[in-house]
Order: sequence, then structure tokens, then C-alpha cells
Amino acid sequence: MKLDLLTSLYVFMLAAFIGFEVIRRVSPLLHTPLMSLTNALDAIAVVGAIILAGEHKNNLAAILGTIAIVAATSNIVGGFIITDRMLRMFKASGPKKP
Amino acid sequence: MIENLIEVTYIIATALFILSLKWLSSPTTARRGVWAGELGMALAICGTLLYRGIVDFKLVAIGLVLGAIIGVPLGKVAMTAVPQRTALSHAFGALCVTLVGTSEFYLRAPDIPPLMMAVLSMEVILGSLTFTGSLMAAGKLQELLPQRPITYRGQNLVNLATLALAIGVAVILVMHPDQVKLFPALIFIPLVFGVMLIVPIGGADMPTVISLLNSYAGLSAAAMGFVLNSKLLIIAGALDGSSGFILSVIMSKAMNRSFTNVLFGGFGQIQSAVAGEQEASPVKSATAEEAASILSAASRVAIVPGYGMAVAQAQHKVRELYDALSKRGVDVRFGIHPVAGRMPGHMNVLLAEADIPYDKLLEMDVINGDFPQTDVALIIGANDVTNPAARTDSGSPIYGMPILNVDQARTVMVIKRSMAAGFAGIDNPLYYLDKTLMLFGDAKSFVGSIVRELGGAGMS
Repeated sequence: MKLDLLTSLYVFMLAAFIGFEVIRRVSPLLHTPLMSLTNALDAIAVVGAIILAGEHKNNLAAILGTIAIVAATSNIVGGFIITDRMLRMFKASGPKKP
Repeated sequence: MIENLIEVTYIIATALFILSLKWLSSPTTARRGVWAGELGMALAICGTLLYRGIVDFKLVAIGLVLGAIIGVPLGKVAMTAVPQRTALSHAFGALCVTLVGTSEFYLRAPDIPPLMMAVLSMEVILGSLTFTGSLMAAGKLQELLPQRPITYRGQNLVNLATLALAIGVAVILVMHPDQVKLFPALIFIPLVFGVMLIVPIGGADMPTVISLLNSYAGLSAAAMGFVLNSKLLIIAGALDGSSGFILSVIMSKAMNRSFTNVLFGGFGQIQSAVAGEQEASPVKSATAEEAASILSAASRVAIVPGYGMAVAQAQHKVRELYDALSKRGVDVRFGIHPVAGRMPGHMNVLLAEADIPYDKLLEMDVINGDFPQTDVALIIGANDVTNPAARTDSGSPIYGMPILNVDQARTVMVIKRSMAAGFAGIDNPLYYLDKTLMLFGDAKSFVGSIVRELGGAGMS
């Protein structure tokens, strides 16, 4: 297992800058949905957990991996559902409303 | 061949994640952002399932199904419970990271190169402290735990020593990765630290702390990406980490406090000195009928909601008030302080849920210039964020904190249960102004009676 630390650091740095630039523009109106959305995206850690549980190298790794999948998946499912619910509520005072 | 295909799904997923956050910048495109995120997530998971090393699909399926079963109700909680739900999801994210890190250690030990061990330690330390810290925060928000900060002498020293101990263990493991016995300490000490970190945090500091925990959760996931050499994970973690970081900075600025001050310097010590100074000053109170007649005569009204509105579940009554006044041609807008409520953006979500159009919800900087031209500022369940002492009294613990300048409105009305001090325990000189009318009562029922009065007057 080669640790490609330097490339990883470059990727991390660039992603952090993109994150700063993109997220700075998010209106304070949407800060709660922002947090629940980034939380759901962060649960992409499920990918690591799937490999861990799926490879089943030993029982400990398989069990911890499965629990990790459960935790991450609940964040993905719950995070996307609640973000969408919140965003659906934000309506402009347009002429559409009776 | 399959490896390349997997990488392609990861690259597309990464792009979709960035687009997802970009689209979130405006309410008009925000829902598209959620779809982009969902698509990216689905792609990445499907790509991973193609990985040839996976032999045990049963476990994976069990995990995914169980997670979905737990996730659905967590996505359907009431909007008032969103702060604790968010804290809980930070805990779950951190749990996942910690468990994966733990397994990786036991799979690879004792042949772990120093750099790898360092990153792995960071992953496990951040993950465990975020796990218990977020659980504590969720407990406080759900009121399972006392919301009042618990402080004791030398608390900061004890906390720092605990963290230093964890880092010390990490250093030993980096130098001697064969000391497998030490690894449990690398999980256990940060678990304890996470609890101790949140013990002194009060409810009013929650917006900052939740943002900070969000940032830690992201950073721990990024560290996991380093360990697994997964660019996708590094990028998602970095995005989450920087989002949490930006929010923490905004929140601490809105409280005129530094990060370290929020984490290490509770309000506790200062507040006792201030209490008891301004006792028995006369205040003017008014009935719902009087309030209704003043409001209906106004042409511009600014409503300032705070955590008290959320506690009283008054947002739907507030919406009725908004409708009743708007129908009479009164221009009603809302002034939202960045730290109003228990998490960033909390008030906006509650008011949007009550069907108040988002273009009426104004940030502090936008509405502050308008208060001198505002006839009535109606404060519902907010206290410290309207305290003019933050501008004028250099001895006040909140001096320098940006506030909503409600005292510049022609008339100020404050709905409040009693004259008890706010969360920070600081007296609010606003209440003793000549132009201020105190409306004593429960926010929900008081707003309800104002609405009834307005309705009755409209009939005649």
C-alpha cells in the first residue's frame, strides 16, 4: 500500500479552496440546508466502509465496516431527504401564491 | 478496466458534489443542488460495488438497507428538531470514520509507515471526539442533558491536558506502530475529550459549536481519504470541512468572539458580576389589544424572531400575524440575526416552513439600515441579539457583538414570558426605553391574541 501523500495534499488543498469560494456565496438564508447537504455529501465515506465490509478480510473489519455503512447510509438518506424538505419550503412572494 | 470505470464514476461524482454546493447558493437553484448530490452519491456507490475485491455483498446490502431504514425517519423529523438532528448526523458521520480507521489499523498493523500512522491517528482522534461531542450537543439540544453550561476551575487545563495525552499516544504509535495495545487509548481518550469539550457549552453557543463539529467531521473524513488514498473522499471531506469552518467563523464573528473563546472561555464567569445591577427599573407593558392597534397603524414593521419563538412553536401564529398585517397594507419584514436560534440559519427554516416568503427574511446587515424608518420592531423570543448594551456599554460581556438595532425603530415591542434575563444572563437596557412596550406572555398565545384583535378590528 503506497501512500501518495503529496498528491493527496494537493487535492485536499485545491478542494478546500474550491469549498471556500463556493460556500462563501451561499446565502445565510440557506445555512441550515447547507449544513445538512454537506453532511449528506460527507457520508461518501460509505465508499470506504463498503470496501471494508465487502472485502471481509476478518470478522472485526467486516462487523465494524457494516456498522460504518449503516451510520453513513443513514446520513445519506436522512440528509438528502431533510435538505430537500427544507428547500421545498423556501418560496418567494411571487404572484403564484393565492 | 473495471478500475478505470470506478474512477470515472468517482470523478463525475466529485464534479456533481461541487456543482451541488454551487447551486445551493440561491434558493431558486438549490433543489437542483440536492439532485446533483444524490446523483453523484448514487454513481459513487454503484461504482464502488463494481470493485472486484468485494466478496461479501450480503453484509454490504444489510448495511445499506439498515442505514436507509434509520435514515428515513431522521430525514422526516420536525423542523424544530433540525439542530439536534444535525448534531446527531455529525455523530454518525464521525462514527463511520472512526470505525473504518480502527479496522484499517488492525488490518495493517504493525507494518504502518510513520506518515500513514500520523494521518490514521488524526482520522481516529478527530472522529472519536466529534462522535461524543456531537452526541453531547444533540443531547443538550434535545434537552436530555442540562442546557446550562457546566464549568469548574481549571477546566481548560484539564481539557487541554486530555487532548495532549491523546496526541502523545499518537506520537508513540507513529514511532512504534507495533505497540498495538496502545491503539484503544487513541480512541478512548478523544471520546472522553469530546464529552468534556461540550460540557461547558451553553445553548446560545450551539450555532458555533455545531459548525465547528461539522468542520471536524469533514476533516476526519478527509483524513480517512488520505489513509484509503481516495481522492473522492478527500474532496468531499475538504468541502464539508471548509463549509463548517466558514460557518464557524461567521457564527463567532456574529457573537464577537473568537473560536478559542467559544470553546475555552464560557460566558459563565462574567455574568454573575453583571446580575443585580439594574433592578426594579420601571418598564411599560401593553395588552394584545393595544399592541394590535399600534401595529395596524404602522406602515413598516420589522419582526425579530429568536430561539424563544422556536421553543414556543410560535412560527405559524407569526405567519398569521404577517398575513393579517400584510392584508392591511403594512410592510412586514423579518430581521434575522446570524446566531438567532440553535444553529446557523435556524430561524429562516422555521419561518419558511410557516410559508413566509424568503425575500421577507433579511440578514442583519441588510435590515439594520432600515430600523430608523421602521414604525414598529416586534421582538419575539430574542434577547441578547437586540441588546443595545453591545453597542454602548463597554463593560458589558457582549460589548462589540453586532446586534439588530431595534432600538432605532419608532416603537419597540418585546414579547417575553417575564423579565428574567436572557440566556447569557445579561440585563437588556432595551426593555427600559420609553419607546419600548413589554408584551408579557407566551409567544404563541400572545401573537395569537394580537391576530384575533386585528381580525376583529378588520370586521367592524
